[in-house]
Amino acid sequence: MAKTVAEINEKIKAGKAVVVTAEEIIEIAREKGTKKAAQEIDVVTTGTFGPMCSSGAYFNIGHSKPKIKLGGGKTYLNDVPAYAAFAAVDLFLGANALPDDDPRNRNHPGEFNYGGGHVIEELVAGKDIRLIATAYGTDCYPRKRLATWINIKDLNEAVLFNMRNAYQNYNVAINGSNKTIYTYLGILKPNLGNANFCSAGQLSPLLNDPYYKTIGIGTKIFLGGGTGLIAWQGTQHDPAGLRTPSGVPKRGAGTLAVIGDLKQMSPKWLVGTSMLGYGVTLTVGVGIPIPILSEEILQYTTVTDADILAPVIDYSDAYPQRKPDILAEVSYAELKSGQIKIQSKKVPTASLSSYPKAVEIANTLKQWILSGQFLLTEPVAPLPGVESGISFKPLNERPIEE
Amino acid sequence: MIVMATTKRIVLHFPKRLADRAIVYHLVKDFDLQFNILKASITPEEEGLMVLELTGKQADYDKGIQYLTETGVRIQSLGQNVLRNEERCTQCGVCITLCPTGAFELERPARRVVFQDEKCLACGLCIKACPPRAMELHF
Ligand code: SF4
Ligand code: SF4
Repeated sequence: MAKTVAEINEKIKAGKAVVVTAEEIIEIAREKGTKKAAQEIDVVTTGTFGPMCSSGAYFNIGHSKPKIKLGGGKTYLNDVPAYAAFAAVDLFLGANALPDDDPRNRNHPGEFNYGGGHVIEELVAGKDIRLIATAYGTDCYPRKRLATWINIKDLNEAVLFNMRNAYQNYNVAINGSNKTIYTYLGILKPNLGNANFCSAGQLSPLLNDPYYKTIGIGTKIFLGGGTGLIAWQGTQHDPAGLRTPSGVPKRGAGTLAVIGDLKQMSPKWLVGTSMLGYGVTLTVGVGIPIPILSEEILQYTTVTDADILAPVIDYSDAYPQRKPDILAEVSYAELKSGQIKIQSKKVPTASLSSYPKAVEIANTLKQWILSGQFLLTEPVAPLPGVESGISFKPLNERPIEE
Repeated sequence: MIVMATTKRIVLHFPKRLADRAIVYHLVKDFDLQFNILKASITPEEEGLMVLELTGKQADYDKGIQYLTETGVRIQSLGQNVLRNEERCTQCGVCITLCPTGAFELERPARRVVFQDEKCLACGLCIKACPPRAMELHF
């Protein structure tokens, strides 16, 4: 009964496609069986909304009169440094960038109230942003200073380009030391005082297509409230890691690099984020449709929180010291119960990724497809899979003798 | 002469080195203040946190407060209010295990995070811990 993406798109255009979320499919498949469900359902939508540090945006601001070459100079957006190392008026702003005078962790834990992620959120919200630039001046670009307000609507291009988003699975962070630590996974109380996780679990895009059978390079997605594309595998893509017998990764595994027009995105789905004692970042909304091309593909989308295991890692020691030790493997069903048991201690759990917002993303994408405004795409190339031999290598440090 | 008694609610933040019992004992013995501990808890930094209702003569109350300040206790009045900016809250839930009084609760199965402000002591912990900074201190 195999379907094709083209056939599903015909049904979408005719208003006849059956679309459900990755949460709804679990019950449906339980009731009808996977065979029947695969015949009836055309698309399963997924979603995730969490802090994704390797995010950023690039802009072309247009030429000033006289002209200035920002590349090789210094540029600030609301005092946050943007990367000016391209042609005259192209800039890249990373989500983790901080103003030069931010005290950072000098008074630990630093507050990190404002940075690149917040500039991206304000830009998307249509607020004016203060651009201050200095350059060295050339015959063709004589100007050396520029101070101006810019607004997203006047930019030639404003493009969100995140080199690593939507981690397939993620660590659970815990603190085995006797003092509080401040991490990118939140505040961790001493002596296994709490544990934080960061995944939408059964709704998360790559957990519903664990072997990347439908999600690939070129797949059209929900990104930051607009539409985007998968540009490449994300950095640190690690498809060959440990998996359960049914194929669900038990460690970080796959990642995505995504791209999309910032001008049609929304500050609701790109939120500037401050992690106490760690830094600033951007919370990003990503949703991916999975075309149900076969019973096997449907089977993967029925994954539940109970089937997905994550490693519990001590962020006071094993994580920073790059030790392979894990304290336990726990399922997202256990994590979402609010408590896990580690070394016979009951540890309260909390999430950094928002489940209600992940549901909202999956439902929004479902509505877009049902209304015919969002058609599915066939990948132009697959993401590297288990057989690719690609793995996430550590740095092999080679000291430089002076 | 009639001396008016005063009753005030305050939040005390103790450094690790101070024992709360000893402090309360001094308030009673040296300043003739009556107390009622409304809530006591420990923050992740292992700072002690106590909400206290103190009753006594205004002059004794003032001396008691001075004593506490000199001992290194940080005092906060309960007039401060912590509110949630509903638009900024992303419903992540990371505040749930941090709040010392359990003012955040997870509504299942939707996993929405409910903020019960009547349980909030205005300790301020969640304000810097909330990633999108949705918790705000109002005066
Ligand atoms: S930590 Fe902040 S954003 Fe997350 S649920 Fe709590 S109040 Fe909302
Ligand atoms: S200020 Fe925040 S952490 Fe402190 S009691 Fe109120 S809700 Fe809880």
